Amino acid sequence: MTTLSNLTPGQHGTIHAIHADQGLYQRLNALGFRIGKQIALIRRASFNGPLHVRIGATDIILREIEAQRIQLDLA
Amino acid sequence: MKRIALLGMPNTGKSTLFNRLSGASARVGNWPGITVDLMSAKILAGGHIAELIDLPGLYDLHGFSDDEQVVRHFLSNHAVDLVIIVLNSSQIDRQLSLALQIKQLGLPTTLLLNMQDEAKRSGISIDTQAMSEQLGFPVQTISAKYGDGCPQALQLIGQILNQPATISSPQDVAKLLEVDNQIEQTMHDIVKHAVQMPVKLNDETTDQIDRILLHPWLGLPIFFLAMFLLFQFIFTAGKPLQDGMAWALDLFRTEAFEPLLSGLPVWLNGLLLDGIYNGIGTVAAFVPIIVLFFLVMSMVEDSGYLSRAAFLMDSLMAKMGLDGRGFVMILMGFGCNVPALMGTRVMRSRPMRLLTMLVIPLSLCSARLQVFLFMIATLFVAHQAAFIMFGLYMVSFLTIFLTAILFKNQYKSTEPFILELPPYRFPTPRQIWLRGWQEVKHFLNRASKFIVIGVVLVWVMTHYPTDVAPASVGTIAGQIGQFFAPVLNPIGIDTQLAIALIFGFVAKEIVVGSLAVIYGLQGDALSHQIAMNIDWVQGMSFMLFTLIYTPCLSTIATMKSESKSSLFMWLSIVWSLGLAWIISFIFYQGARALGL
Repeated sequence: MTTLSNLTPGQHGTIHAIHADQGLYQRLNALGFRIGKQIALIRRASFNGPLHVRIGATDIILREIEAQRIQLDLA
Repeated sequence: MKRIALLGMPNTGKSTLFNRLSGASARVGNWPGITVDLMSAKILAGGHIAELIDLPGLYDLHGFSDDEQVVRHFLSNHAVDLVIIVLNSSQIDRQLSLALQIKQLGLPTTLLLNMQDEAKRSGISIDTQAMSEQLGFPVQTISAKYGDGCPQALQLIGQILNQPATISSPQDVAKLLEVDNQIEQTMHDIVKHAVQMPVKLNDETTDQIDRILLHPWLGLPIFFLAMFLLFQFIFTAGKPLQDGMAWALDLFRTEAFEPLLSGLPVWLNGLLLDGIYNGIGTVAAFVPIIVLFFLVMSMVEDSGYLSRAAFLMDSLMAKMGLDGRGFVMILMGFGCNVPALMGTRVMRSRPMRLLTMLVIPLSLCSARLQVFLFMIATLFVAHQAAFIMFGLYMVSFLTIFLTAILFKNQYKSTEPFILELPPYRFPTPRQIWLRGWQEVKHFLNRASKFIVIGVVLVWVMTHYPTDVAPASVGTIAGQIGQFFAPVLNPIGIDTQLAIALIFGFVAKEIVVGSLAVIYGLQGDALSHQIAMNIDWVQGMSFMLFTLIYTPCLSTIATMKSESKSSLFMWLSIVWSLGLAWIISFIFYQGARALGL
């Protein structure tokens, strides 16, 4: 078990839990972050910038701090 | 008249479809109780003239962003005969939730699955029949970009409008919108039954381009280089157009207007020719460059590169209390500050939104660009021009950074930064043309309205009282210039420039026009006169002041309506005026101290 923020580019995992308040949870949900979905880290921006992840056919960028809230099971 | 609401998720090509259906006949409408401008257009469907309203993009009907609330508010207050939902075919597995949410409202509905072309390339096949049976309303695949399926969709719309339907009243809709329920399960069921998707999907081309454009070290340099080249292209390609336009305007004056108006009284002749014609003509010469500018901007906007810019710039923006989206708004501000300010609605946290709104007016908009192009051509030689222009863009960024850093502690926020990266899309010529045309229409509308009134006022102020020389100290304008002299002399701005600056407060489009009126000259003669009156240090100080102080009344009005705070609006005005003066002062006095 790890969090999305710990992945290295190219690695993927399955969403196990999302620790977020109502608003953020809903937003993540609408973008396709759902428990049981597979998620891959594509790249990180330099200078501790955001993470570029892929869920299904959707590419999303989010910050490290939000990525820490997403718990993954490694495949 | 029938009323059709068009809604869908962001990035699904909803506006492209709207433009295609409406054929650029769109206008901004006023809706009671809704503070946002909604575009609407009249379309012909099934023998009806129907009003098509483009509602803001939303992810979730039950969400709580401004846009989502606008949509709910609209549906709860206005009866609609049909709801058209636009979704992205390649992301149908998650976007279908919106269609199910709408279905629960009990309104006549149809679902258009857009970007059929992209979905096909990714190997997604959708059984519209099966999906339509499960959903209980018609489903049609389309490609709004290429027009595939659009005639069928229009036919479908006509058919639905012709069916007698029991329409839920806005009150019913309002009641239903209060409850949220078991949408997610149904959504999974339908996707399982009707959609086949390859397990791992990726668009190879987008991936390959991203590998270069989002490269950890090369990404940012490439971005700035690309921007520099685009601007370089605009000015290089625009110069001959601009010269041609100036030539044609001069020809018109000497060959047509002067003989035609020679019979009029001297004052009226002066007002029409030296006032209105010179004023408008001087501004009109810049229209080709502005058109080109918006065409290029809309191409960049539609390509998907701006979201990448947000990715690249986010960590730097975070240090200033902003985020990557703020950077995109600033770039949009290069076109016009007003839509950029309205774009901040995507931010949910108020402090973050206010901080972004505070910096947007500092981005060098196309109206200011016009002033700089004119001043640079007047005071500098051709090979210096590109560097001065680039320098002004840099100053624009620096003032943005400075402002954000100084104010970030007042506007702290913990707004999450989550953004979708759309695949790269190359907009079709039609799409670029329509977008560009909308912007140009907007610009011309604004410019013509402000400029005519502005130049007439400037002419009156520089010619009354009539017993002194035009624009001299004795005139109204001269008096106003004298009044501000103690503040403006230390930054090298003389009386004539002061008048232009004062009118520039209304809109920057007036500045060049009013200079033409103040000097009573046009084209090359005007440039020569200005070059004789002021040196490059004064000109530069004038440009810096113009760049930084309040962009225009529309921006101020938008600032107030978007922030819903007069105090914030005043903060923005006072801050930008103060900063403009300080920077011009440092530059002017510094340059003079160095003996320049």
